[in-house]
Amino acid sequence: MPEPDRFPAIHDLGLCAKLVTFADGLSEAANRAALALRAAVEAEGWTGVEETSISLASTVIRFDPLALPHAELEARLAALLAGRDWYAAPLPTGRTLWRIPVALGGAHGPQWEEAASLAGRDPEAARAEILSSRTRVLTLGFAPGQPYMGELPPNWDIPRMTELNPQVPGASLVVAIRQLIIFAGPAPTGWRHIGQTAFQCFRPGAAAPIALAPGDEVTWREVSAEELAEIQAEDRSGDGGATREALP
Amino acid sequence: MSRALIILQAGPGTTVQDKGRFGYLAQGCSPGGAADLLALHEGAALLGQSADCAALELAGLGGAFDVAQPTRVALTGAPMPARIGERQAAWNTSHLLQPGQVLTLGPTAQGNYGYLHLGGGLATAPVMGSRSTHLVARIGAPVTNATLPIGEDRRSQTGLTLPPEDRLSGGTIRIIPSAQTGRFAPQDIARLQRTAFTRDLRGNRMGARMAFEGAPFHTQGGLSLLSEAVVPGDIQVTGDGTPFVLLGECQTTGGYPRIGTVIPADIPKVAQARAGVPLRFQMITRAQALKAHAAFQAHLAALPGLPRPLVRDPHDIPDLLSYQLISGAITGDET
Repeated sequence: MPEPDRFPAIHDLGLCAKLVTFADGLSEAANRAALALRAAVEAEGWTGVEETSISLASTVIRFDPLALPHAELEARLAALLAGRDWYAAPLPTGRTLWRIPVALGGAHGPQWEEAASLAGRDPEAARAEILSSRTRVLTLGFAPGQPYMGELPPNWDIPRMTELNPQVPGASLVVAIRQLIIFAGPAPTGWRHIGQTAFQCFRPGAAAPIALAPGDEVTWREVSAEELAEIQAEDRSGDGGATREALP
Repeated sequence: MSRALIILQAGPGTTVQDKGRFGYLAQGCSPGGAADLLALHEGAALLGQSADCAALELAGLGGAFDVAQPTRVALTGAPMPARIGERQAAWNTSHLLQPGQVLTLGPTAQGNYGYLHLGGGLATAPVMGSRSTHLVARIGAPVTNATLPIGEDRRSQTGLTLPPEDRLSGGTIRIIPSAQTGRFAPQDIARLQRTAFTRDLRGNRMGARMAFEGAPFHTQGGLSLLSEAVVPGDIQVTGDGTPFVLLGECQTTGGYPRIGTVIPADIPKVAQARAGVPLRFQMITRAQALKAHAAFQAHLAALPGLPRPLVRDPHDIPDLLSYQLISGAITGDET
């Protein structure tokens, strides 16, 4: 068995990227740390660094190993990491609170009852938990603009499925490991499909093609299948009936 | 009429591709780009133009193409039986196509992706800095019959050819450890390298599933791993224990553990392996991988100097196509 990781840890992500990991589980502080380190690496402007990004609890640094040797980048990252308490970094400013219409269960969420049962709840109690949740966009990933939102109460720490869900629809709501995702487009997934929104995560051609940003917070408004159909028919913005307000 | 490629007919999965879309990982958009990056560079070398030019990627089935103005074209990647009008046209070669002369490409006999390059490059409108169609992200869409603009071409030379680099028949794929390799038992990492895989039918620009005999590959807690950043080349082990090599259009984060990562130089081999083609994984060190990467980059940089004139007049060689094929494979065009 592998040794338990010590954090933060610097790993290789393929030949041309480094991964600085702040935790091996979902952690609000590790997510903030990853965001802050990304901003710091961007500010350094090192030659050879091509792109930076974050995942839930890690910072990704894509680089050209022929221009910036691995050992050199590792040393610079280690020095940056030693210089401050990254877990105490503040959240970015300019965040948004979203309230997004969702239809849970039924034809719009074929795995709703299975997911509720795995979370140890009857469907009504599960409904109340999901609809009263206020999660944060921890990262955008998998597909353009697609949010990983967390974290849900501990009973929602349900694993992915062993068999892939061959295809969930675009704007569908799925759940696993104390997180929710609104899918950007139709895709296969190991997460359980519990609901449907009309929220377009990615709007190619729009002035702002990606609406959500890491740090945004998300709440829900339950709608019937009929109301969802009306929203889908009428919405031109891509917001799918969602309202937004600026967070202080 | 301005310069344009007129697609009279094209198989499913025909898309415009360049090197890909970089700089959007943080927003969840993987680079995408030509599945066979080497083929993109070879086409650019044959036409004496920048490898940043966009080309048409043909997912195995060919098509029929006309042009609005005299246009230089080059054909690379998985060989397709090619004709310009009634005349056979050599693969891995540049040609001049006149308006009304139709370029016809048949299905590939080996490999998945053939490329049609245009002098001046396809000049479709870039989205987020790239012309690449990204099917998963729904940027652009496959083309069937469409007219696509072509950029200005300052050059005129045609009839150049390149010896093909064999990347269509599978073989050994070099991999390196990645952030999650340590989550797999050493005996499973050894077994991965002993196992005779074949490319499964299931696969696309996102990734290629590996078929094999034997027990599934597993990690402890693999289904509850935190979703983590993914890069093209990562070998993800899905819930049923099957390795899946992620390609350019892969997701940017994923929760399935990665047992290793295919080095960039060998990604075209995986992308071009058809269903049933044998593949083996060989774990190498980071130092060895860097050497291979430097050699791959040096080859790409040297490509513009490699094209040579096609020695014989194509009109004189009715079976010319077969000369251009790797190991003299049959094309299906010999009736």
